[in-house]
Amino acid sequence: MMTAIFPARSLADRLTTLFWRKPKLLLALMLTPPLLWLGVIYLGSLAALLLQSFYSIDEFSGMVVPEFTLKTYAELLRPQNYDIILRTLLMSAAVTLGCAILAFPIAYYAARFAKGRWKAVFYLGIMLPLWSSYLVKVYAWKLILAKEGIITWATDATHTSGILNAILALPVIGGNSLSTSYIGMFAVFTYVWLPYMILPMQAALERVPTSMLEASQDLGATRAQTFRTVILPLAMPGVIAGSIFTFSLTMGDYIIPQIVGNSANFIGMAVYQLQGTAGNIPLAAAFAVIPILIMLVYLALAKRAGAFDAL
Amino acid sequence: MPAAVEFRAVSRHFGPASAPVKAVDAVDLTIAEGAFFAMLGPSGSGKTTCLRLISGFESPTAGEIRIFGQDVSATPPHLRNVNTVFQDYALFPHMNVRDNVAYGLMVKGMPRAKRYAKAEEMLALVHLDAYGSRKPGQLSGGQRQRVALARALVNEPRVLLLDEPLGALDLKLREAMQDELKSLQKRLGITFVFVTHDQHEALSMADSLAVFNQGKIAQIGTPAEIYTQPKTRFVADFVGSSNLLPPTLTQSLGGPAKWASLRPETLRLDANGPIAGPVTAIRYLGAGHRISLNAHGHDIAAILPAGSALPEPGTEIRLGFAPEALHIMDEA
Repeated sequence: MMTAIFPARSLADRLTTLFWRKPKLLLALMLTPPLLWLGVIYLGSLAALLLQSFYSIDEFSGMVVPEFTLKTYAELLRPQNYDIILRTLLMSAAVTLGCAILAFPIAYYAARFAKGRWKAVFYLGIMLPLWSSYLVKVYAWKLILAKEGIITWATDATHTSGILNAILALPVIGGNSLSTSYIGMFAVFTYVWLPYMILPMQAALERVPTSMLEASQDLGATRAQTFRTVILPLAMPGVIAGSIFTFSLTMGDYIIPQIVGNSANFIGMAVYQLQGTAGNIPLAAAFAVIPILIMLVYLALAKRAGAFDAL
Repeated sequence: MPAAVEFRAVSRHFGPASAPVKAVDAVDLTIAEGAFFAMLGPSGSGKTTCLRLISGFESPTAGEIRIFGQDVSATPPHLRNVNTVFQDYALFPHMNVRDNVAYGLMVKGMPRAKRYAKAEEMLALVHLDAYGSRKPGQLSGGQRQRVALARALVNEPRVLLLDEPLGALDLKLREAMQDELKSLQKRLGITFVFVTHDQHEALSMADSLAVFNQGKIAQIGTPAEIYTQPKTRFVADFVGSSNLLPPTLTQSLGGPAKWASLRPETLRLDANGPIAGPVTAIRYLGAGHRISLNAHGHDIAAILPAGSALPEPGTEIRLGFAPEALHIMDEA
């Protein structure tokens, strides 16, 4: 008698056979939990936020009126609220630009020249600050920037306090000390979000083959021309990815403006205060929608400018 | 008239001076203007480094390189009137084909209308007239290769360097491109220097070629010279396949006591032939058969044209050859 070519199957065999015959079933089983999480918890809360922003608050009772209105959005246009938005937007743009300029040489070095052990040192150097508490870092910066802090001490010791005073005397961005000025806030923001710019930039630069830079030189381009016409456009998707992080993280942050700076209000702080002490959830929601809209506009502009052409 | 490219005792060593890796070692080389010159060799033989020395992406550690008589040791790549077709083509993915081709003219400051006109001219030359607005990602491998060619040629280089230009193409396309490159070179009269590890490509395309081995040039000559009169065992073995005969065997076949090369296709079945032995294998090649036999402990291969009578494996046969087919090599 011939033995069976396909021996009797166990339950596990039958299951793997089922998945082999219907590969989409396995995919569906694997995707359902994360999609549920993403759909319900993440997008759901976003939808709830959006919905809240179209409600308003009853000025006498302080209760939320669940009726559709654009009144809350109109409130954003009031001078003090409009100032908050503009201030946050400008700070986010400045921080993003600062991060991009600081990150580029580091990312370029890491992508093109760092090998083996130096690459590990690079990653460690970039990631290490991310492992420590955000609050600790911000308070550390507060001490560095304070009037009695290390920078003041250093400028005194090197007889350069004139420079520091000249910087602090600048209108608007200056102030009493670095820790109570926009300059100080800018420095702290730039420091805490810098890794989020370096890493995507480095990833993008790493994908640019050396032969492409050589081709550019071979065709007669100077280093500056190669940078402008080849490296920068090819790194642009990484720069955009990084700037999404730095931009949106700055827009939503509510701790740094409280600790460093001249206690001027920022969107994050406004949201925090409105949903907490003031209990004005609709206005808080409307404020929270602003960064989302700005990011969408920013990405649309970047796409139109061809930032994603190299993808 | 000075040569297009001249190497005088050029070396390129990598690593520490105490134990250098000699990528290129004391190479002397003269490439005549208008030549289609091939650098042939296995990987790591120094041929690509030589090409990069001409383009300027490597600097010699010793020796002198002249391009049209001018010493280029102090000339960076972007100031050399030499252009390269890169192995991976290195087309800029964020630019369309027209901008890619016009790139060299753009960085030199040529106005847009003029450089686009020249780019279109070059695209027509490589039969890609209608493709100017496409992105490199939308092209096939062969088309990308033509764009890379047009992009290099638009600068009117005096020497065009090609790094394994056909390596990434499939066989049919490769053969078509071989003919096309050859006719393009004739038409433009530019000196072409191309690097390849494919001996068929080097033999069929080049006017003259250099065979590289371990950082040195093993032999320079026309394809026919290289093939029929290899100077060393390495050249005989690397260019085409060959039966390498040790001095004792050469002597027993009527030659001097030196290494000799005997090409398989020069052997034929001959009842009075000097090479005798049992057939160990027969391989079908399409255009003929390859017969292996064991003659006095040496493996000898012969290629018999299609239609010839085939011996049975294991049977004793004799092979003969014309006296001039036995090529004696001076070097061991």
